[in-house]
Amino acid sequence: MSDHKTMTLTLIVWRQKNANDPGKFETYTAKDITEHHSFLEMLDCVNEDLIQTGKDPIVFDHDCREGICGMCSQVINGAPHGGQDRTTVCQLHMRKFKDGDTIYIEPWRARAFPIVRDLIVDREGLEKIVQAGGYTSCHTGGVADGNAILIPKPIADEAMDAAECIGCGACVAGCPNGAAMLFTGAKVSQLAILPQGQAEAAVRVKNMTKAMNDCGFGNCSNHYECQAACPKGINVKFIARMNREFLKAQFA
Amino acid sequence: MILDGKCPTGPIEQTWDKHRFDLKLVNPANKRKYNVIVVGTGLAGGAAAASLGELGYNVQAFCYQDSPRRAHSIAAQGGINAAKNYPNDGDSIYRLFYDTIKGGDFRAREADVWRLAQVSNNIIDQCVAQGVPFGRDYAGYLDNRSFGGAQVSRTFFARGQTGQQLLLGAYSALSRQIKAGTVQMYNRREMLDLVVVDGVARGITCRNLITGELESYAADAVCLCTGGYVNVFYLSTNAMGCSVTANWKAHKKGALFANPCYTQIHPTCIPQAGDYQSKLTLMSESLRNDGRCWAPKKKGDNRPPQQIPEDERDYYLERKYPSFGNLAPRDIASRAAKEQCDDSRGVGPGGRGVYLDFADSIKRLGEDTIRERYGNLFEMYEKITDENGYKTPMRIYPAPHYSMGGLWVDYNLMSNIPGLFVLGEANFSVHGANRLGASALMQGLADGYFVIPYTIGGYLTTVKPGQVKKDHAEFKKSVEDVNKDVNRFLSINGKRTVTDFMRELGGLMWENCGMARSKESLETNLKKIPALREEFWKNVKVSGSGAELNQQLENAGRTADFLEFGELMCRDALHRNESCGGHFRSEFQYEDGEAKRDDANYCYVGAWEFKGIGVEPELHKEPLKFENVHLAVRSYK
Repeated sequence: MSDHKTMTLTLIVWRQKNANDPGKFETYTAKDITEHHSFLEMLDCVNEDLIQTGKDPIVFDHDCREGICGMCSQVINGAPHGGQDRTTVCQLHMRKFKDGDTIYIEPWRARAFPIVRDLIVDREGLEKIVQAGGYTSCHTGGVADGNAILIPKPIADEAMDAAECIGCGACVAGCPNGAAMLFTGAKVSQLAILPQGQAEAAVRVKNMTKAMNDCGFGNCSNHYECQAACPKGINVKFIARMNREFLKAQFA
Repeated sequence: MILDGKCPTGPIEQTWDKHRFDLKLVNPANKRKYNVIVVGTGLAGGAAAASLGELGYNVQAFCYQDSPRRAHSIAAQGGINAAKNYPNDGDSIYRLFYDTIKGGDFRAREADVWRLAQVSNNIIDQCVAQGVPFGRDYAGYLDNRSFGGAQVSRTFFARGQTGQQLLLGAYSALSRQIKAGTVQMYNRREMLDLVVVDGVARGITCRNLITGELESYAADAVCLCTGGYVNVFYLSTNAMGCSVTANWKAHKKGALFANPCYTQIHPTCIPQAGDYQSKLTLMSESLRNDGRCWAPKKKGDNRPPQQIPEDERDYYLERKYPSFGNLAPRDIASRAAKEQCDDSRGVGPGGRGVYLDFADSIKRLGEDTIRERYGNLFEMYEKITDENGYKTPMRIYPAPHYSMGGLWVDYNLMSNIPGLFVLGEANFSVHGANRLGASALMQGLADGYFVIPYTIGGYLTTVKPGQVKKDHAEFKKSVEDVNKDVNRFLSINGKRTVTDFMRELGGLMWENCGMARSKESLETNLKKIPALREEFWKNVKVSGSGAELNQQLENAGRTADFLEFGELMCRDALHRNESCGGHFRSEFQYEDGEAKRDDANYCYVGAWEFKGIGVEPELHKEPLKFENVHLAVRSYK
């Protein structure tokens, strides 16, 4: 099946044994890569070679490999997920590179995301933000019929635009302040837009904002790097919406 | 042994209500004395952990990813069924029940399927209350689309990311319970053993994937919500971490494995592009609402699709199944695609592909409408193939997607090991030999939100809480056994990587136990798999240590389990001398190529008991009775 032309690439990859290790860049060669390889499949090939030569393979997070689980998390040539429009690392294909390219691969870098090993970081902070209030407090069972509250399409659509977030953390990695405002803003907005989320809107935005600060995430200074990095194209208008909700909550 | 599913009797409409009333209750003040373990945090596990925590049980939940939100339910695209009948097109609980029994080719239990259909409506309400942004119309009402195997529109959706939105709903409910302290969440843990004390499930052994430490967790009940096993084919639409490991470990501790040969090959996936490939990507079944499947009529026709005139195209699903057309069920649509390719009329590299063409719908509805309905799917297709699905037909081919088989459970979702419950895709209960589209999400959430909260109480009233602690000898023995395996992997230092073995096993399974199987092909596998397994244990190379994050070691464990499980799957397929649903034995077909069931001899659930590695397992049968839907040849013509 592989009658395609192949590429040879130089990879400069961040290697770090554990959280305490200072870490450093190492150089590897990726051979026989076709344009149909995904970026992670290219790394798989490099790893197979490393294992065969008795070296530690490059450790990276990945799972669904179809752009939806949010597990993969690499900064490629300085851009989270490689900088292609609305694309996760796992959906990035090697046709975007050319023979002889040198590629830098690093983990997410942010104060709130300590490195676990090589390209894997700890994103527990995002969990804490959701736990602080990223839900409606409905009980299992005992809820109204799905059509009891009418939600016109444009409203449902806008909530869906915010809800698409995959929780990968690229917005934090892309932000010069290491802020999680786009992540938090998307969840706050989804539930603030929908009638189901109204009852707890004020307490939600306050608690989630506090959790965001407590976890060591930075603040927004309008660079919009988060939107550029977001593989789902979540709009920064949701940060503005969160700020409005936050302000409103002070008077609630 | 004849197995008893403990299904309630009497008029089917009353079975679940009556059973719910008959189940004993745990007093609210006593619930907190019980510990419940939930393994896996997809739709079934996430919903179960959240609901049980909310009821007041002490829940410990586990997932191998870094967050419960990443379970592979997240990748489900098209939708979730419910019998709401909002479009007034003739749907009812009975019709959803009927379609599911028929869709499963009469190999599922009536009572379980009835319950699923009954609670389907509650699921939609629950998700709406959580803030799941389902598709709606301009007046604000919930919108529906159609899926395979049904002639009504009963599928609810959130763009092409329904699984994501439903999982995030369950995840938000779970997060609320984590915050409330009723659920203790353990991320990056892989369950590597079930601990059974005096025949009762009492806990699990996990590997902490960051530190490598082996950890014991004790509880009064264990719920496995650990998904399916189609990664046994290596290339599938499942996530890379999906495995049979949790189920297989439970099987080795005595849990019966039911119908392992029932696997679903999904008709619309992006064809394989090369040997290096690590996974296959699904294109949602919902696309068949507006896309038409066709292959060239002429063999070896290499012209670009646009240059093949209308009368030289074979819209094979519309031709063969005029009343369901492109929305024929998955097993049938997959086999039809394979038929075209086997007849040398396939398209694309290697001739393993057929077209899914939107030109007619775009002409009728406009590109904008199609983009609005399926935009993210077209985007995904373009990223992978570099082709624009609006301009040129998509190329698709079937790929392993879902497993209908799983651990045997009774009506209460309890396995034959007391205290071990199995939910969602991990059990075998409702889909028979073929699952209809948009039913997996329905089952996962039904089991998690609306079944286990009732049935687990019935069991817990029979046990005293906290009887076995994790300092019990069985827990220590379990950790020692897991540790032995870890050290064994690391000490082999052979020549072949884990992936290399898994790829070979996957190839054998796909070739000989895939979309079509025969006595001959299965017997070939029953020779080759044990040989491959033997080589694995002599020649696999796993470097690094057990006391650190070691992805090779994780994969080695999963591969070792698949190497044992693959054999069972082939054995089950070989024993079942009939074709039904996703299990197609080429010896058993009608003249027109349709599956030929043998109800006289095989109308039962085949549940296997583990007897040792390489030792023939023992088959137990649970006869299936059809009192409401009459056994008939399944026809979509």
